[in-house]
Amino acid sequence: MAALPSRHRSLVLLTGVVLLQVLLLAIQIRQRDSQGRLIRVWTVSAISPLERGGAWGIGRIRDAWRHYFALSDTARQNEELRRENGQLKLEISQLQGKSAEADRLASLLDFKQSHTNVPMVVARVIGASADTNSAVVYLDQGLHKGIRRNMGVITPEGVVGKVIESYGDTCQVLLLTDRDSGVGTMIANSRIHSPVGGLGEPLLAMKYVGNDDEVKVGERVVTSGTDRIFPKDLPVGIVSQVKPGSQYKQILVKPSASLDKLEEVIVLLTTDPLAMQQAPSANDAGEARAVSQHVSGLNNSKSPEKHP
Amino acid sequence: MNDAFDLRIGESHIEVHKFHGGTILLSMIFALVLQAFLPVYIPKAGILDLPLLITIYFGLSRRNPSSGLLLGTLIGLLQDSLSKTPLGLFGIAKTIIGYLASSIGARLDTEHPAARFALTGTFFVLHQAIVELVQKLLLAQSQPIFTMRLGIACLVNAILAVFLYYLLDHLRKS
Repeated sequence: MAALPSRHRSLVLLTGVVLLQVLLLAIQIRQRDSQGRLIRVWTVSAISPLERGGAWGIGRIRDAWRHYFALSDTARQNEELRRENGQLKLEISQLQGKSAEADRLASLLDFKQSHTNVPMVVARVIGASADTNSAVVYLDQGLHKGIRRNMGVITPEGVVGKVIESYGDTCQVLLLTDRDSGVGTMIANSRIHSPVGGLGEPLLAMKYVGNDDEVKVGERVVTSGTDRIFPKDLPVGIVSQVKPGSQYKQILVKPSASLDKLEEVIVLLTTDPLAMQQAPSANDAGEARAVSQHVSGLNNSKSPEKHP
Repeated sequence: MNDAFDLRIGESHIEVHKFHGGTILLSMIFALVLQAFLPVYIPKAGILDLPLLITIYFGLSRRNPSSGLLLGTLIGLLQDSLSKTPLGLFGIAKTIIGYLASSIGARLDTEHPAARFALTGTFFVLHQAIVELVQKLLLAQSQPIFTMRLGIACLVNAILAVFLYYLLDHLRKS
């Protein structure tokens, strides 16, 4: 067979490589659960130590900056007085930190007391998605701590997202702001139920509230418990904009949790439906199905694994 | 072995650049780690696509379509495996970009900052269009292609590329 010219060779190679990847995509669409898990495990295992190292290094640099360079800079400007001032500021900052920590612990304690049957683990955010279009973060805890797919992730301020993949010592969390994300919610005061989903932007959308229902800016949005991932009444966000739509209102919700500044989160170590305070009504059941489909979304169609 | 040689097309002479051993691999890993790491501390950094910039730079510099497309494939698949997208989505897009960058690099002199700015901007939009097209055709996920965010991202990445490519030029064998 006559040898192909170099230009044609690269075209054939391009076609072959693209076709192979299309095939790979097709296989993943047919078998949603496998999703090239082995390659992902290798890549995440290779990258996560670097991310851990980076997180540790940045923490050290930040500490050094806060506790040494910043103070020495101010000392240079006004010696003793400045130094004393800096020390006081540091103390205030530490006290504020402790106060914030106490608030967080109080919230945690409240949460734990109202859901004593829910095991949970605290994890640190060590990385984000390499995909610029999605809102995903990596945590420093994984299968070894009992974290599995579809487990809820929260902070004391509110809902963060859910685990979409878990590896040995790390896991991948889909944030509420991602386009594929969703959670069953209701307006805290009126108890109007509707799922809230991500838009790929900082604000969330509450999708199925009829034009006849009354919703005001500033109202609290909390979990309804119907998605069987999050317990009822966890804060999700605050209504920040309400406009009438063709069939449903266009409602934007500002997340309660600071999703762009996450440092530590709590993973709810169960995928069993969390205890509801009351039996769901017929409407709840209907919405539960809608929310469940929305939350499952494109991530997986697999039923949740049960936590031992 | 020659460190750099001339590629003669028509009347023009275009230099093909070589890099010190491991440069491409290390740049690729560094870009992927930064891509996954920076947004945690600087949320706005999520707008950057460092793996794409690396694919374009080495494609333009090496000027070999086969190695350009294979590098794009590798970076794209690794990027896929570090995100929630199915494996192949970014792989396909970066394969095509790697091929095009190498092919264009073999025909034009792409050393001038203005040329690099324009090419990176164009490739960025094309990359996004391929990703959206694959999502629509193969994954049945429809999303708006041309948004204000894309415009800003395109501009920011193209500006960053000019400085990044200048730094990477220093890793070439002289």
